[in-house]
Amino acid sequence: MFSKNSPNPRTDAFSPKLSRVVREGAIAIVLFLAAFSSVATTFAILEILVQESVGFFQKVPLVEFFTATEWTPLFAEPRYGILPLLSGTLVTSVIALVVAIPLGTIAAIYLSEFATPRLKEIVKPCLELLAAIPTVIYGYFALLFVTPVLQKIYPDLPGFNMLSAGLVMGLMIMPLISSISEDAMRSVPLELREGSAATGATRLQTALRVVFPAALSGVTASYILGTSRAVGETMIVAIAAGLQPNLTWNPTQEAATITAYIVQVSLGDLPYGSLEYKTIFVAGLTLVLLTLVLNIIGHFLAKRYREIY
Amino acid sequence: MSQAQNRQALTDFNLKELRTNIERRQLISGAFAILGLIIILVATFILLGLIFQMMTQGIPRLTPQFFLSFPSRNPEEAGILSAWVGSALVMLVTAIAAIPLGVASGIYLEEYARKGWLADLIEINVTNLAGVPSIVYGLLALGLFVGKLNLGQSVLSAGLTLALLILPVVIVTTREALRAIPNILREAAYALGASKWQMISDHILPYSVGSILTGIIIGLSRAIGETAPVITIGALTFIAFLPDSPFKGDFPFISFEWLKAPFTVMPIQMFNWVSRPEPEFEINAAAAGTVLIFMTLSMNAIAIYLRYYFRKGIKW
Repeated sequence: MFSKNSPNPRTDAFSPKLSRVVREGAIAIVLFLAAFSSVATTFAILEILVQESVGFFQKVPLVEFFTATEWTPLFAEPRYGILPLLSGTLVTSVIALVVAIPLGTIAAIYLSEFATPRLKEIVKPCLELLAAIPTVIYGYFALLFVTPVLQKIYPDLPGFNMLSAGLVMGLMIMPLISSISEDAMRSVPLELREGSAATGATRLQTALRVVFPAALSGVTASYILGTSRAVGETMIVAIAAGLQPNLTWNPTQEAATITAYIVQVSLGDLPYGSLEYKTIFVAGLTLVLLTLVLNIIGHFLAKRYREIY
Repeated sequence: MSQAQNRQALTDFNLKELRTNIERRQLISGAFAILGLIIILVATFILLGLIFQMMTQGIPRLTPQFFLSFPSRNPEEAGILSAWVGSALVMLVTAIAAIPLGVASGIYLEEYARKGWLADLIEINVTNLAGVPSIVYGLLALGLFVGKLNLGQSVLSAGLTLALLILPVVIVTTREALRAIPNILREAAYALGASKWQMISDHILPYSVGSILTGIIIGLSRAIGETAPVITIGALTFIAFLPDSPFKGDFPFISFEWLKAPFTVMPIQMFNWVSRPEPEFEINAAAAGTVLIFMTLSMNAIAIYLRYYFRKGIKW
């Protein structure tokens, strides 16, 4: 029997050494700091954008920002209305989504419900490869290949236009949407499909009335992701849609998006801290808020339509 | 309803109508399948056609001289030397910054984090960061690295920016890789007296290194093609000199001057040539695009191959 005063030699031998405890703790702290750095990044983004925007709004009233119909910060008589940039962003994004959402969804349904496993094995990596092509190359396609083709159909089309940028952007987003939607549909349990088939439904009916609704939250997530990609896409629109802010809803016109404006300003040499310098941060903040709103809508849509099985 | 009545009702029902109904529905279903296949094929072929067209324009321009010349006003003399050297250096900084940070974050979230608001906060945050438009990272870098930290419009700023940009990719793939390792391995390591870190570094990481590598390569391939954030930092489009060599003849043999050098990268060089009005530069743009697409696609192909290879190799 060991006395109470003398330390227990057995537990002593098995209890970890102090150095080991310290090392383990230090490693845990370092790993935590690394993980926390991503939160710090988010705060840094918000801090920088808000700080520069506050400086901007001290000079430019909010009313002008939201109602003025011209965005000409680099002119001698600057006007600061965000509407032209917003209209450019919306038109190009809508064109892209009109292409990407229906095509991407049909492709996803086909891949998940109809395609043979072998075909899927070929197509899936191809989709990943297409998603990896740098956007500057898509911009090149839009300006130098797609626009000339469109000009043959519609001769009045200017060299820079939102239509061609939007179409190519849709082609770029389609693999993203179909890939994520397919993942969502594939994770729907097989019993649901079997049950539907047992009641006499064809594959298409099963796909549209059973699998698609069951996977809707994942599918919505892919749409939202595609939308934020379209809204935040920069190089395609900067190359093919032009850099001229233009308040128009006509897709055959040239118009700058929020992102294209940031590129245009960055290409020049602006003095640090000037009002023009601050405008790109305001544009960036608008962009972040836009994607944030989209994500929140998507989150609630996904929740609202989620089918629990 | 009695059985007799039931049978009567069935015969009354027009069997022919039922059959045509089924046939029609099967036809629609089959037509849809064909439509799906056509959409996939057409979209793929349009893209492949565009890539092919670019390559046929660009490949004749891919002479050794093109790789060894600086950009120039004269399209025939212009080359991508400063661009690919810049891309390589920026990628080096990005990899050095993003790999340890991303893998460490992934390990923390998967192996250390306890369920709670802090883990949730980090997790939601990583998801959100993945959705932030890339140009916003450029604004962050402009305000923080260039403006506040005074790192200048340099290789270092660009590398760090792209590291932040691909961090979510690295974190998410690290987590997925770790999650795929069965728990029995962890329990076995603990049973032999390993500490948590010994368990992770000696057992879990070696098994997941293949999948983690895949994620890192995909992240880097994304970084190499990113244009917008690098433009925002203020990368120049016309650079006719190379950054300082990292190797020196005299002590201490390496130098870090190149980190502070102004630079350009491949996608910016291509963007610059695309936006020139002279059509001669289009050929240069096509050539640069061919090189760029070759870089990203080969990186991705390696990643896809690695993933299949490691998936096949490991059987639990």
